[in-house]
Amino acid sequence: MIQSLNDSNDSMKRAFPILGVLTAILLSYGLYMALVGAPTERTMGDVQRIFYYHVPSAWTAFILFFVNFGASVFYLIKRRPAADIVALVSAEVGVVFCTIVLVTGPIWARPVWGIWWTWDMRLTSTLVLWLIYVSYLFLRRFSSSGQTPTLAAALAVLGALCVPFVYFSIWFFRTQHPQPVMGGGGSIDPRMLHVLLINWLAFSCFAFLVCWSRYRLEKLQRDVDQAHALESLLDPRRGVR
Amino acid sequence: MSAPTGITRVTLLKDLRLEWRSKDAINSMLFFSLLVVVVFSFSFDPSAEESRQIAGGLIWVAFLFAAVVALNQTWAREIRNQVLDAYRVSPAPANSLFAAKVLGNFIFVTVLEALMTPLFIVFYRLRALGPAWQLLLVAVLGTWALVVNGTFFAAMSLRTRSREIMLPLLLFPISIPAILAMVQSTTAILNGEGARFWIVLLVTYDLVFTTVCLLLFETVLNAE
Amino acid sequence: MTETAPVPVITVSNLIKQFGRFAALRGVTAEFSGGKLYAILGDNGAGKTTLLRTLAGLNQPSSGEVTILGASKFHDICQQVGYMAHPSLLYDEMSGMENLEYFARLYGITSGTRCAEVIRAVGLDPELVRPVGQYSQGMRQRMSLARALLNDPKILLLDEPFSNVDLHSATEMVRLLAGTRDQGKTIFIVTHQAALLEGAADEFVWMEYGKIVARTRELKRPASSGERSGESTK
Repeated sequence: MIQSLNDSNDSMKRAFPILGVLTAILLSYGLYMALVGAPTERTMGDVQRIFYYHVPSAWTAFILFFVNFGASVFYLIKRRPAADIVALVSAEVGVVFCTIVLVTGPIWARPVWGIWWTWDMRLTSTLVLWLIYVSYLFLRRFSSSGQTPTLAAALAVLGALCVPFVYFSIWFFRTQHPQPVMGGGGSIDPRMLHVLLINWLAFSCFAFLVCWSRYRLEKLQRDVDQAHALESLLDPRRGVR
Repeated sequence: MSAPTGITRVTLLKDLRLEWRSKDAINSMLFFSLLVVVVFSFSFDPSAEESRQIAGGLIWVAFLFAAVVALNQTWAREIRNQVLDAYRVSPAPANSLFAAKVLGNFIFVTVLEALMTPLFIVFYRLRALGPAWQLLLVAVLGTWALVVNGTFFAAMSLRTRSREIMLPLLLFPISIPAILAMVQSTTAILNGEGARFWIVLLVTYDLVFTTVCLLLFETVLNAE
Repeated sequence: MTETAPVPVITVSNLIKQFGRFAALRGVTAEFSGGKLYAILGDNGAGKTTLLRTLAGLNQPSSGEVTILGASKFHDICQQVGYMAHPSLLYDEMSGMENLEYFARLYGITSGTRCAEVIRAVGLDPELVRPVGQYSQGMRQRMSLARALLNDPKILLLDEPFSNVDLHSATEMVRLLAGTRDQGKTIFIVTHQAALLEGAADEFVWMEYGKIVARTRELKRPASSGERSGESTK
């Protein structure tokens, strides 16, 4: 076991810094482009630049939640512990990015619409999504370790199935009620789109990097727990019970 | 082996009998729902016109609270003396147990609602402008949505720490679309507007979640 | 150590059960042949109950395999197994008869006489209307045993059947179990009161720290300290 740990550590040692540097470059380039490179929006002014963080965070979060769903289904079928760890880390990092969306949203909304919060469709569905995955993390925290993976996977499946319902219900809910006029809508300046995509790439790389180290950490923790568990019984004085 | 429906039936009858013998749960639950209605009525004192606008939300939030308290009791009896293990080692299918629990809770929550609704009508001077049978339909569909998910999540939170608080934490987020549909359709019907979209949404929600809960229940029951 | 008896009814190979940072079973490998009464002994935390629950399909092993009557999935043979846990597995608010009638339905037993039959077999009165919650501990344990016997199982898994039972009732239960064994059933009893089973048990299985350390014909605790320190860790 120690050997295999070392092996994967080695490959990690090589690949991780390369990816790390790449991500750092992408992130700084993205930041520069967002603050300086991108054209200033005509009506909203500079405040619109938060858009380059708001939207890529949302996309990244959605991808991570999708990964969580896939990993959970895979776990329910194949029962691989690795799938469970993937589900866990994607949910954790996804919640972080989702939180960024929910924080940058009001910051953007306040100067532009004059209100912090509106039950706008996208914002509201993101909030519900955030709630669902936070409850997922709560379940993981509160259930006893042996059954956590199964229970969490079942909840993840239900949560993912809930998403279309959230989307449709809020869509219909909104169409019945007046709401503030959203800026623009329709075409986006190609230069803006370019910056948006750069930032999205950078965020995705960053998310992947965080997930990867978190995966390693969790794997290590579980290996340690297992070794500890098998050892503790040898020596009654360390009785864990 | 007897048919799965037969096992559902005997389990449901057994639950009802146990519930009937120790009436504590029913009584405290009935009293709790009465309290909810009264507290809500004190908190808001609207005119008849206003109450029509807010009643949908009020009624369903009150039902939700009452339902959570009821749902938390679902598995308590099965956990005491670990009777659930006796079910798990038997050849009886897990889904029969789930179906029995869902039906039991449905009956239970419906009784609570039937008690609370007249009080709401009296306290808020409610009169529906739309067809009343639609309200009944929404009540059945909405209660089913809460009860199916609630029974499932109650089973899930069985072996978690701080079990009682876990249920709402799991149940509320996933029920948001259903709750929205119940509230909106109730308000729409009270005001004599169409609620077709919401009813269709509720039916779909019920179908999807009932199916998935049945598919996953055995896994959750045997998770260890 | 293996008996000359035919095919083993239960085979356990390298069973590991881990609860978080704690391993209750740490590699159990054993074969048990049919028609015998096994007493599983050991200190608290030795993994006796976990082993029994794993045999009863209530615990999923972290690794390793259990084969009962040739099946690796418990559900396929659950009709053949009776399980009695430390808690009573009965509804306190119902009478013994009502309890058994319900569980009989779970096993698809429709004959009305079967429940009365097992209740009489454990020495209780089927007519008793008192709810199980008001039984004495000894009566409750016997009713619990009746529940485990309900489906006439080939294999009986009993966890602490004699705890808090007075000596007289306990000896009664042992006699009943020995009789059941003589009918060709295989019985596993986890207990702290090994002395009760002296003479009745065919084999004593000693567990320590999540492993089976010895199996003896006589009730004589094997020297164990050497076992433990001599163990190699890999």
